Amino acid sequence: MILSVASGKGGTGKTTVGAGLALVLAQRMGIRFIDADVEEPDAHILLQPQITGTSAVTVPVPEIDKSRCTGCGRCADICAFGAITQGLKDVWLLPALCHGCGGCSILCPEQAIGEVYRTVGHVDRGYAVNIEFAHGRLNPGEAQVTPVIKTVKQEICGTMSAIIDSPPGTSCAMVEAIRGSDMCLLVTEPTPLGINDLALAWEVTAQLGIKMQVVINRCDLSDQAELYCEQRQVPVIARLPYDQQLATAYARGASPLINRFWQHKFELLAQAVWGDRV
Amino acid sequence: MKQLAVISGKGGTGKTTITAALAALAGNVVIADCDVDAPNLALLVRSNLRESYDYSGSKISVIDKDKCVQCDTCVEFCRFQAIIRYEVDPLACEGCGVCYHVCPAGAVMRTDDQSGNWYVSDTSYGPMVHARLQPGRGNSGKLVAVVRERARVIAEDNYSLVIIDGPPGIGCPVISTITGITGALVVTEPTLSGIHDLKRILEVCRHFAVPARVCINKCDLSETNTKEIMKWLAANEVAATVGIPQDKDVIDATVHGVPIVEWSSGDAVHAVRRLWKQLQEWLENLSGGS
Repeated sequence: MILSVASGKGGTGKTTVGAGLALVLAQRMGIRFIDADVEEPDAHILLQPQITGTSAVTVPVPEIDKSRCTGCGRCADICAFGAITQGLKDVWLLPALCHGCGGCSILCPEQAIGEVYRTVGHVDRGYAVNIEFAHGRLNPGEAQVTPVIKTVKQEICGTMSAIIDSPPGTSCAMVEAIRGSDMCLLVTEPTPLGINDLALAWEVTAQLGIKMQVVINRCDLSDQAELYCEQRQVPVIARLPYDQQLATAYARGASPLINRFWQHKFELLAQAVWGDRV
Repeated sequence: MKQLAVISGKGGTGKTTITAALAALAGNVVIADCDVDAPNLALLVRSNLRESYDYSGSKISVIDKDKCVQCDTCVEFCRFQAIIRYEVDPLACEGCGVCYHVCPAGAVMRTDDQSGNWYVSDTSYGPMVHARLQPGRGNSGKLVAVVRERARVIAEDNYSLVIIDGPPGIGCPVISTITGITGALVVTEPTLSGIHDLKRILEVCRHFAVPARVCINKCDLSETNTKEIMKWLAANEVAATVGIPQDKDVIDATVHGVPIVEWSSGDAVHAVRRLWKQLQEWLENLSGGS
């Protein structure tokens, strides 16, 4: 089972829910945890893995052989991202805008364009007790997120269940993170902002054909999320109350399994997702 | 004319709540919601839609099945696994057009991909430019640039300040949010995750030479972590603003969809008012952004 945890709105508790589930599952089986929030990966703070290896995430960028380039500008015409501009007699590259499609290299009539690799981030691998861990880290200043997400998701292999921590938002980064998962938990909060973004995130999971369940976090703040889900027949798999003690534990980077109440809450959630497999 | 962006790195630290409060205190400003993935500012700031525009971030490929000879050339050259059973998956298509160029049968068409909308609305505090990218789509950075540019044009000659609600993270929509602004207010929280993410977003600000000040929201959640943040900021020559304490009124205001400064006058609101004064003085002494 590959479970992704997303939200739409940031700060609703994705990482807490994903980490809590991983820690409770790890008490009885091996589990893989993939932190795909590569812009701001935080799960390692709660899971405390020992990092055993790091590899660079690279993207291809064009390299022009000036001895063969005639300055025809075909590459600049082809490039959909403005990464190549035609000058008077040659062409200029803007590597930061390159999406690595290879079009310029494939279509240059003089075969004057090769490719070199540029590092945009890293994947760290490690383990905690019964947890195989990996997260991606985008290099600050880099714009393109999806290559790092794609690379960290390559760590998912074999039959071991995996939990994927998705970034906030509903755009291509979130899509890349949850794509291919068997189920997606959408963590929301009962505010107009939380519900607005839940609706958007739901649209994405539906478009990707991923089974979705809602977790209402801080459910006791208002009944807005409950009413929304009831009216639209959105399935709610868990309701987690606001707990100042949990908030303080989170602040100091402690595991969310702070007491029997939360241990039981996460056990129930694990059972609801994994059923008899747990 | 100055431009202030409210960003965070970590999601959920209170950007939109604080942006709405600052707009309410400032009055007569141009507001820009650059969180185009999941725009929320309109939920806190009462607005009337005035103008609506289609947004097309890129072209997308479409395969004409009548012309397609199923030679798999497009599949061979597509680096984004976007072609499955001779159909282009719009959520995976990068818009590069390589399939269009390599197809020997001329079976691939490129069409403008209408992937979102952007809007201009009137609010009690001034005009607001906002947008919505269709869920799952890419090129959010470009849509942010559209919002930024219209906000700048509206503000030029008529307003002295643009307040920008930024997206979470550090990727392309955030970069697009902060390029060319006067200064960034980075909203953080005193948690280990918040501290970790704060350092990364500040590195991005430094990379793009954007002046930044840091506001610790819910500063009383952890005195230890607040002290650690202050120490780190001092060591790295980044100034902090007044911190904002936890306050039940903030939750109540958010649940009711009202800027906090119009809901109560408790501790958090008191701090936000002081924050606004600090920001006004700071922006006055900064150049850039016009």
